[in-house]
Amino acid sequence: MTVDPKTQFAVWEGNVEDLKGLVTDRALSGETMILNMGPQHPSTHGVLRVILELDGEQVLSCIPDVGYLHTGIEKNMEYKTYEKSIVMTDRMDYLNPMGNGLVYCLAMEKLFELDVPMRAQIARIVLSELTRINSHLVWMGIGGLDLGVTSTMTYAFREREVLLDIFELVSGQRMMSTYFRPGGLWRDLPDEFEAAVQNVLDTFPAKIDDYDKIITQNPVFVDRTQGIGFINAEDAVAYGLTGAALRGSGVNWDIRKAMPYSSYEQFEFDVPLGQHGDVYDRFVVRIAEMRQSLRIIEQGLKRLQKEKGPFRSDNRKYVPPPRAELGRSMEAVIHHFKLWTEGFRPPKGEVYVSIEGPRGELGCFLASDGSPNPMRVHFRTPSFVNLSALEKLSKNHMIADLVGIIGSIDIVLGDCDR
Amino acid sequence: MSQPLDPKQAITEAFGDALESAEEFRGELTLVVKAENIIEVATYLRDGEGLKYNLLSDMAVIDYFPAEPRFGVCYHMYSMAFNRRLRIKVMWSDGDAPIPSVTGIWPSANWEEREAYDMMGILFSGHPYLKRVLMPDDWQGFPQRKDYPLGYETVQFSFNYDEIAKHKPFAKK
Repeated sequence: MTVDPKTQFAVWEGNVEDLKGLVTDRALSGETMILNMGPQHPSTHGVLRVILELDGEQVLSCIPDVGYLHTGIEKNMEYKTYEKSIVMTDRMDYLNPMGNGLVYCLAMEKLFELDVPMRAQIARIVLSELTRINSHLVWMGIGGLDLGVTSTMTYAFREREVLLDIFELVSGQRMMSTYFRPGGLWRDLPDEFEAAVQNVLDTFPAKIDDYDKIITQNPVFVDRTQGIGFINAEDAVAYGLTGAALRGSGVNWDIRKAMPYSSYEQFEFDVPLGQHGDVYDRFVVRIAEMRQSLRIIEQGLKRLQKEKGPFRSDNRKYVPPPRAELGRSMEAVIHHFKLWTEGFRPPKGEVYVSIEGPRGELGCFLASDGSPNPMRVHFRTPSFVNLSALEKLSKNHMIADLVGIIGSIDIVLGDCDR
Repeated sequence: MSQPLDPKQAITEAFGDALESAEEFRGELTLVVKAENIIEVATYLRDGEGLKYNLLSDMAVIDYFPAEPRFGVCYHMYSMAFNRRLRIKVMWSDGDAPIPSVTGIWPSANWEEREAYDMMGILFSGHPYLKRVLMPDDWQGFPQRKDYPLGYETVQFSFNYDEIAKHKPFAKK
């Protein structure tokens, strides 16, 4: 680190020429200031580094720099068999482990043409919606904290504990659940599951109303978010924004409605839309989404009480037999040995599946060359694409607004960097 | 609203030999398009009546190593008007002319193309800032390629000493 001998402040060692084309020409002559924000900045939700060109407090250009959490998950998955690489997906978006597992399992099921029993499909929906509420709670708590509503974070994390307890109940893990498997679920839902989810359904609506009042009717919050980070519908689509960031601009596109997966078409729910496409609308849309998720969970819980069938497909070409069968059936032993040593050999081909994650379109591209390991797995992660629009969203805003804009597109850097 | 067009037929009629092959697998249509035609084809797919693929969901690159052409650059696009997906694939090998960038058509391609360059070493012409996005700026090699090892080495024994030594020229220095 170089230090200015007069002021004792650190001097930036980077070369301004490298930024040519990304910043205005005024920065090259030193007229405007280039400021580094992050990667350990509390408002960047993880390790996001942003290089800002500032004229006073106005942001002229903004260059997000990501990759600090890149762990090579896609590369690692090529070296594991299909089923063993499910654990990697949980570690991408640590607020949405069930959703990551779901999209990978759906891609595998599409590639293998594997049917999923109805009970597993409904359980997947209930758990995905619980994960969506979990993710939105963290976003709401931290987003509020960024914008001066400090008490929301403690409330949101208190509520989140209830949801994490449910994930622990079903999978044994609070966050890295690895509960969805190709063809269904790892094991059946435990008996206590229904009571635990009913508890959420009973207590959450009143709490969400409270947070709605605390945040969206807080005059400081409203002043800081309305009219900030505006993007219109055409630009939002062109920049690839999806999820609540797109619906905040009034585009009615939700993959659960447009291309239903896992029998979402049998559920009734509304898609909340914003009108103005600013930070405030994106907050309102997400809070309304939590209420819709509770509606879906309520219907799903009723369906689960009726659907008492199997929780995993019995296609022994892809699904290992239950442990208890191994003592009785020679065929089960053969399948078990084959599936846990070599794995299965799916047909050659390429599939792309996407689901509506809490942050937007979460896609999985899976290419198979017929060997037991995937040839290529690529995740279309909403944080990565949404973050690339940050430059467009934050142009000509004040530096204090940037914090709210980053919060409003709801990024998780583990999701972005993979 | 106009009727949806079959994208394969529409591209064949509009560009003739730009379409190299077409494949349908599990209900997903893949059209392999020549790299030099990608800009016209992508513009037509985005704006054409009955097509309107207005969202570029994703770009993914497959490494078919050791086959030639080596890389398949897949553009996953989605049409909100007709609620359907399409995969356009461009085949590319090291040493080929860079693929024209579609950043001007879908701005969301900016980081997707940077990722394709970063991970697989695909070159794009006309991209505003083709630098690494996930890996450090000074990283050597393209980590997602099939011939890039996953951070472990085969143990060097006497029977394979020479073969392993070929892969690490710096060890002798």
